[in-house]
Amino acid sequence: MAVSVSIPTILRTHTGGEKNVPADGGTLLEVIDNLESNHPGLKARLVKDGVLHRFVNVYVNDEDVRFSGGLEAAVADGANVTILPAVAGG
Amino acid sequence: MAKYDSLLDALGDTPLVGLPRLSPSGDVRLWAKLEDRNPTGSIKDRPALAMVEAAERDGRLTPGCTILEPTSGNTGISLAMAAKLKGYDLVCVMPENTSEERRQLLEAYGARIIYSPAAGGSNQAVATAKGIAAENPSWVMLYQYGNPANAGAHYATTGPEILRDLPTVTHFVAGLGTTGTLVGVGRYLREQKPDVQIIAAEPRYGELVYGLRNLDEGFVPELYDPEVLTGRFSVGSHDALRRTRELLENEGIFAGISTGAILHAALAAAEKAAGAGERADIVFIVADAGWKYLSTGAYGGSLDEAAAKLDGHLWA
Repeated sequence: MAVSVSIPTILRTHTGGEKNVPADGGTLLEVIDNLESNHPGLKARLVKDGVLHRFVNVYVNDEDVRFSGGLEAAVADGANVTILPAVAGG
Repeated sequence: MAKYDSLLDALGDTPLVGLPRLSPSGDVRLWAKLEDRNPTGSIKDRPALAMVEAAERDGRLTPGCTILEPTSGNTGISLAMAAKLKGYDLVCVMPENTSEERRQLLEAYGARIIYSPAAGGSNQAVATAKGIAAENPSWVMLYQYGNPANAGAHYATTGPEILRDLPTVTHFVAGLGTTGTLVGVGRYLREQKPDVQIIAAEPRYGELVYGLRNLDEGFVPELYDPEVLTGRFSVGSHDALRRTRELLENEGIFAGISTGAILHAALAAAEKAAGAGERADIVFIVADAGWKYLSTGAYGGSLDEAAAKLDGHLWA
């Protein structure tokens, strides 16, 4: 399952400055593990104590994964995965 | 009733209008709650007045006080109106990448604006305001991100109005900023209708706005309660603009850009319900009208051009 992952500025030190990187996996956790194998250190920035970091939001095709299974959320072939830091609105 | 003793008394009880052209079918219908029909033209009049009146009851706000608030615009404009009528001074901390109209309106109401840097968006405005509050202990920061009166206003007014006007409501869709609307309306509707879906539409901005130095500078409003929500969409400026224009083109509603983002999420929910063969009455919020965004070029020219112009701006 090939997907495209959008990396926020703050985490691009792990991807050599790349904004979009390819990854494989059928669930978000598999995608993150696959990212980690190519971009070491990334997983520790995203996952704390087995759940997503409090200030990290991950969207699969624009839907927040926290409402579709979290790290176990299904990721379909060709999906766009977007990682963003949590910031204020209002 | 359409006669009121003062402008403040005219707050709320806004129209709920059907969207016959954008609704997928007679079984899956969209309904717009026109919050631009509030005294200063946005949904923020509800929490702003509620926060001021709660602070007056607590004795935190007394005549002549200065109110301080971090805001990307609409809350500031609402507070400025309330402050003018009630005899307070207002200092707004606003990111510099907001629309020109917001600045002009705030100044017309007599508010003072302190700008926070564009990089970091509202996060930076919150941090700057907290710093200013520490230096000016006599100023009263109402703090919309953590003030229970914000969500409380929607629990007490917006939610009951929706259920009164549309007892068959199945979905509620609103913007996610302070989270006050979603948490307040969501809690009320959930108590009355346990199966109701509460869906957030969150603006996705250009990279500048996410320019934190480290992840621990991230921000989740104290009011946020994920238990109330059933879904959350991130909507970019291109989709938000496209839907804003569709709303005007098909239904005649001239709304601000954040409403386009909310409509985008509402249409996604509508499509899901239609696909599953379920009946749905989907209420979404028209947070404000388009007047304050005319200078951004949102309503004319190609979508790509308009989206490019918005990049780096806070439009919700």
